[in-house]
Amino acid sequence: MRNEIRFSGFGGQGIILSAVIIGRAAVMYDSKFAVQTQVYGPEARGGASMSAVIIDDDPILYPKVANPNIYVIMSQEGFEKYGAAAEDPAVMLIDSTLVHSRPKCRCIEVPATREAKQTLKKDIVANIVMLGALVAATHVVSGESLKKAILDSVPKGTEDLNLKAMQLGLQLGKQP
Amino acid sequence: MTRTEFWQGNTACAEGALAVGCNFFGGYPITPSTEVAEHMAVKLPKKGGVFIQMEDEIASMASIIGASWTGARAMTATSGPGFSLMMENIGFAAMTETPCVVVNVQRGGPSTGQPTMSAQGDMMQARFGSHGDYAIIALCPATVQEMYELTVKAFNLADQYRVPVFLMADETVGHMREKILIPDTVERIGRKPFVDGTPPFRATDPDLIPGFPTFGTGRHVHVTGLTHDERGYPCATNPKLHMALVKRLVDKIENARDAMADYDVVNLDAEQVFVAYGGPVRTVMQVMHDRKDKNVGFLRLRTVWPFPEKALAKFRNAKRFLVPEMNFGQIAREIQRHVKVPVHCIPKLGGELHTPDELVAALEGNA
Repeated sequence: MRNEIRFSGFGGQGIILSAVIIGRAAVMYDSKFAVQTQVYGPEARGGASMSAVIIDDDPILYPKVANPNIYVIMSQEGFEKYGAAAEDPAVMLIDSTLVHSRPKCRCIEVPATREAKQTLKKDIVANIVMLGALVAATHVVSGESLKKAILDSVPKGTEDLNLKAMQLGLQLGKQP
Repeated sequence: MTRTEFWQGNTACAEGALAVGCNFFGGYPITPSTEVAEHMAVKLPKKGGVFIQMEDEIASMASIIGASWTGARAMTATSGPGFSLMMENIGFAAMTETPCVVVNVQRGGPSTGQPTMSAQGDMMQARFGSHGDYAIIALCPATVQEMYELTVKAFNLADQYRVPVFLMADETVGHMREKILIPDTVERIGRKPFVDGTPPFRATDPDLIPGFPTFGTGRHVHVTGLTHDERGYPCATNPKLHMALVKRLVDKIENARDAMADYDVVNLDAEQVFVAYGGPVRTVMQVMHDRKDKNVGFLRLRTVWPFPEKALAKFRNAKRFLVPEMNFGQIAREIQRHVKVPVHCIPKLGGELHTPDELVAALEGNA
């Protein structure tokens, strides 16, 4: 079983951290193999940011993602640059607060930034909302592993906030 | 026993250094190597080591040479522009036989080029970048696991051969995160002890390596970049002495070429043979896995300098060597010197790894 996931958004949203958390959950807590890579420019904030993770039951040789089967897109520019070419049978989760385009493939709309702002009063955790939704919709890692990997990765003092964001995402991403 | 981690290559490099007893890091942060310095800055002081951020890479290299003479296991980490600045003192380290480890996480050049993108354009600079004749050791990791293991090896080789050792990584391997198994302990090979009463630069053993007279252990030692006699004193106009000194500096590494050759071979009877090191190894592995073709061989290099030329001769049926590199054929040219069959260079510049399709096209003669 192999999943190739591409994350894109703008610098500062935690696009790279999102892929790191999923990869960490797969390796450390689901006993799988994972490789996480990224594309970024010299900017600290803004600009299209992309990261990717491959999760596999077997060791991963070529480490780059060419044809993702799962997309997580959190900005319009990110969609245009890294998501617009997505085709069936891929699935794309989009932050519907920030992305107005829709892909040709199956699309799951997650109002992550709006919900993070309104429900949790912190839009900074929108990426964690997206991770919850990703796991609810695709089961690329287990919910418990995601929780542990989030706790490993977020700054001290923000654990509750991030777990609430994950729970919110798990609800939003549930498929009928 | 081992433990599992999900680490970035640069983190694995720093952890490998800590495991093998690195206790001095002098450096100047530069993308894509910065995480090595960051990790050392956090961890090294807690282990009783010293981390210094120097004013530039010239000083960084000088700092690790000085630290090494006090007996420290010293390292720095950089990328192309910093590597260029280090060249003068790298020659000094070679001439003074100073053990040290320089990590170069290669990015696109020339000049400041592509800070966040991958390349292997410094392979010849690693070998020949400083002036004069000398020899060094260069290792190339292709996995996060190898970032750890080859860093350990780099320290041991540096101490064993009294020479600068380069970990020639690339942005791909330095920045990717993947599963790594960390051993409880790693092998440590130290310096040959100094025998009191002998001149400090006299090499009496067949390996041509003198014992190391650590500063502060009870004797005066003169260390100079000038051509020096066995006592370490400048002696820069004696042609025979200069010839003998430089020949020994080169021979102590060249004579150990086979001993330090680290590589894997696959399908020795193949007619078409890939040769790769660093990031492109991963693409070749994918192609080998997908095709399962006994007629396609693979020489995977971990030691690149001194070049393990005998490994090429193991492929007795080879009709062609294919060499994917993230440069215009720096090691392909080295391979050409050692084989009679055609060497097909597969260069890739721009910052991205070769794709499997690109290598398949080269294999099938379409590129």
